[in-house]
Amino acid sequence: MKISEIAPGSRVLALGHYQPANVVTNDDLAKTMDTNDEWIQSRVGIKERRVAPDSESLEDMATIAGGKALAASGLSPDDVDLVIVATCTLESQIPNASAIVAHRLGIKAPGAFDVNAACAGFCYALATADTAVRAGSAKHVLVIGAEKLSQWVNWTDRATAVIFADGAGAAVVGPSDTPGIGPVVWGSAGDKADAIRIQDRTTFLHQEGQTVFRWATTALYPVALEACSRAGVDPAELSAFVPHQANLRIIEAIARKLGADKAVVARDIVNAGNTSAASIPLALSRMLERGEVRSGGLALILGFGAGLTYAGQVIEIP
Amino acid sequence: MAASEQEILEGLGKIINEITGIPASDVTPEKNFVDDLDIDSLSMVEIAVAAQDEFGVEIPDDQLKNLKTVKDVLTFIQA
Ligand SMILES: CC(C)(COP(=O)(O)OP(=O)(O)OC[C@H]1O[C@@H](n2cnc3c(N)ncnc32)[C@H](O)[C@@H]1OP(=O)(O)O)[C@@H](O)C(=O)NCCC(=O)NCCS
Repeated sequence: MKISEIAPGSRVLALGHYQPANVVTNDDLAKTMDTNDEWIQSRVGIKERRVAPDSESLEDMATIAGGKALAASGLSPDDVDLVIVATCTLESQIPNASAIVAHRLGIKAPGAFDVNAACAGFCYALATADTAVRAGSAKHVLVIGAEKLSQWVNWTDRATAVIFADGAGAAVVGPSDTPGIGPVVWGSAGDKADAIRIQDRTTFLHQEGQTVFRWATTALYPVALEACSRAGVDPAELSAFVPHQANLRIIEAIARKLGADKAVVARDIVNAGNTSAASIPLALSRMLERGEVRSGGLALILGFGAGLTYAGQVIEIP
Repeated sequence: MAASEQEILEGLGKIINEITGIPASDVTPEKNFVDDLDIDSLSMVEIAVAAQDEFGVEIPDDQLKNLKTVKDVLTFIQA
């Protein structure tokens, strides 16, 4: 028996993102529930978020973000042979989103599967894409994080409704002579499975905020440091730190402990809300578009959320 | 040897200063975290975690709610 030809490394070739047009400010929310701009900004850091209308599906958002990443990569749909969508808010159990998105983008018969690792999903999917390219089971992979959390949030529950939002981000991964995606450090804490959950279709997203906050501000910076060390990168060399956009207070607490003094810290949550698996590619793609990070710099990405699950890796910015 | 109340107070003052920017000298036993120091529930979680590293005493979330003043924390850590 023979095995596939292996590639020395893989890298992110291009990014893309999409947000629904509808902006919902904190003041908008305060009209329908007992909350206020001051509380939301000081506890969570969000000023505004995007919410998709009923007519716009998760697959729609994923397709647009994926199409932009593909266009930016300069590849044609025919070059892509694997599509992975990281999501935890798809309406249908079957079919998955990835086969639909691939079809809509004109990608012919690629491998297609969805990954559910909640807010860590994009980092899991990217690690899977990296491994697939290096092992030779795929040549070019389209990795998309897409969420329509507005469908799973109780809009009368102020504890969650002010936090979660909709959006999509995408990356094209391909082979490379030098590594552009570092080793993933991933793991889970199933003992805290109840801390964030959507039990079934009759219930909404529920979270134990302080349990998650405590975990996120203590358990994750060692993961971040290990991801750097496994990649042989000193945190001081990072030009960007792009953690999952869960809560600005969590982002800043981890950033403080990381010692990444030169890194631009993603604060996309301020205008995008918490978009779970979409938040990391959405934030990085928007930072690149605004010129806040430079191509070729090193970024540490770190996803974490329901499961509880987490994953982080160092990547070279395309 | 267990830390004295004064040592714990100083340690706590330092932790609170690092997390919230409040001068350590403002952290005195009679102060109420929310009303006097304007510290919110999320900063309290961070303070509890840092206090655990510093003094080796775990303050779980359900107990944390009951610690309203600096004195309450000093008592909890010494108990
Ligand atoms: C959700 C979170 C912001 C809540 O903050 P918190 O300080 O734990 O909030 P609490 O539930 O203790 O409420 C604190 C106070 O604010 C009030 N409050 C809660 N939600 C509010 C809102 N949306 N608007 C105004 N007030 C609110 C509460 O009623 C409470 O008031 P009280 O002290 O007078 O009783 C915070 O716990 C958090 O972000 N945790 C991490 C969650 C996370 O990141 N999840 C995503 C991981 S993928």
